[in-house]
Amino acid sequence: MSRRLPWLGLALGVGYAFLYLPLALLVLLSFNDSRLVTSWTGFSFRWYLALWNNTALIDAALLSLRIAAVSATGALVIGTLAGFALARLGAFRGRALFGAMVAAPLVMPEVITGLSLLLLFVALASAVGWPGERGVTTITIAHITFATAYVAVVVQARLADFDESLEEAAMDLGARPWTVFATITLPLIAPALASGWLLAFTLSLDDLVIASFTSGPGATTLPMVVFSAMRLGLTPELFALATIIIAVVSAALLLALRLGRVATSLTRV
Amino acid sequence: MSAPAAVASGRLVRLAVLVLPYAWLFLFFLLPFLIVAKIALSEPALGIPPYAPVLRWTEEKVLTLVLNLGNFALLAEDRFYLEAYLRSLRVAAVSALLCLLIGYPMAYAIARAPERRRHLLLVLVILPFWTSFLLRVMAWIGILQEQGVLNGLLLSLGLVREPLRLLYTEGAVYLGIVYCYLPFMVLPLYASLAKLDPVLLEAAADLGARPFRAFLTVTLPLSFPGIAAGVMLVFIPAVGEFVIPELLGGPSAQLVGRVLWVEFFQNRDWPMASALAVALLLLLVIPIALFQHLAAQRARR
Repeated sequence: MSRRLPWLGLALGVGYAFLYLPLALLVLLSFNDSRLVTSWTGFSFRWYLALWNNTALIDAALLSLRIAAVSATGALVIGTLAGFALARLGAFRGRALFGAMVAAPLVMPEVITGLSLLLLFVALASAVGWPGERGVTTITIAHITFATAYVAVVVQARLADFDESLEEAAMDLGARPWTVFATITLPLIAPALASGWLLAFTLSLDDLVIASFTSGPGATTLPMVVFSAMRLGLTPELFALATIIIAVVSAALLLALRLGRVATSLTRV
Repeated sequence: MSAPAAVASGRLVRLAVLVLPYAWLFLFFLLPFLIVAKIALSEPALGIPPYAPVLRWTEEKVLTLVLNLGNFALLAEDRFYLEAYLRSLRVAAVSALLCLLIGYPMAYAIARAPERRRHLLLVLVILPFWTSFLLRVMAWIGILQEQGVLNGLLLSLGLVREPLRLLYTEGAVYLGIVYCYLPFMVLPLYASLAKLDPVLLEAAADLGARPFRAFLTVTLPLSFPGIAAGVMLVFIPAVGEFVIPELLGGPSAQLVGRVLWVEFFQNRDWPMASALAVALLLLLVIPIALFQHLAAQRARR
């Protein structure tokens, strides 16, 4: 980077400014006493207090966290198996279709995924009587389905990175496949599993479109509440919510950076 | 363990690994598309669900297949839909190009940064992606709206006399898409640029190539897989994007994702929404296949 340092430094500076100035603005405005974004009338915590008292929003946030935790765990299990199959099983019948089904959700437009899952649930309900009512369960299934792809990619990349001969050596020494997996493979891919789970968790927490299609009258997630509030206009309460999310994510990522390898696998998607 | 037993247990392991993800993705990813295709061919009806069955019994107790191509005919004939598709393709393509122009220098600079700093620089690119998508779009509403930060700044500096219309324009849609999708461009670009062996550039320099020429003939071609992956990761989801055109675009920013949403949620025309989804999927089949091919290639290395 020696001779071209200024040019590259400029590219980075402009890029990061573009990414971070809007976020900085959200944080700043969340402490503004005024409702208007154009005038600063003083420092205040009142919007945080208003947020705390907004029970509809808090309830939706709790529901979203619950759905995210369950669907991230489900996606972790299925995605790890899928990533393992793609990285370690070699050729098997239907591999091309399997590979396509794992990779396609990464780029599939959300409206297509959402609509198709809803129509599946409706068709299933009329064919086998399940799901009787759409809500938390159907959103969770939808989130597991698209987050599985992200977990699979992270796990597959990590498995491709390390030497297969470690596993082969254990096999040669007489370890059974399950023992090899538990004592060799699992510890080696643990950072990828952690980042895969976090990725799935975040994607679920953040999803508006797929949840809107697959939800029923009973289940309103945080993005749905935020979206309908935004359509009525910006409120500093939403800025306060954004600030809390930014603070939590920054803290988590800094911690991951300290822990090292998690951050590396986060960049593999 | 005898050899046949080992083979048998190997088969069992393979089956155990495959059955859950295969069944899950088949049931919840592939099968739904078939249902969408079926409903796209049915007629809208009043009721729950609001479409008529494709297979039905006639009064003479004969099972008949009633296919309705009307939705697709409407898609092809009505300029509104055709223009929405073309507009979506254009907006997604221009956004992907803008992401590439901003993201390539960033990824290049990160890949050339001292190793101990690369991690932090990468995490800084990803961090916004981990915060809420909606709230990041909200930041741009605050900046661009008529009573927004940018107009306030311009007015107070005396650069304009009355607020400019910045929000609810196609420019705002581009800005929103580039802002939200930039990390998806930088990461694959970085991955392929970081793998590039600096020795190759030194060799080019030794052979008398100037830095720019070395970049054009060595770095750029070798980073092509990263460029292709990044462009696909931005372009494909952006074609069907709903939230950004809905919140930042004006009434003229009728992109396919938004049209589909309105057909479904407001007009409750499920067959028409399905036909829009099928047509969108057909439009994206080649880019998606290309993306899948790249992903498989990367996995094999």
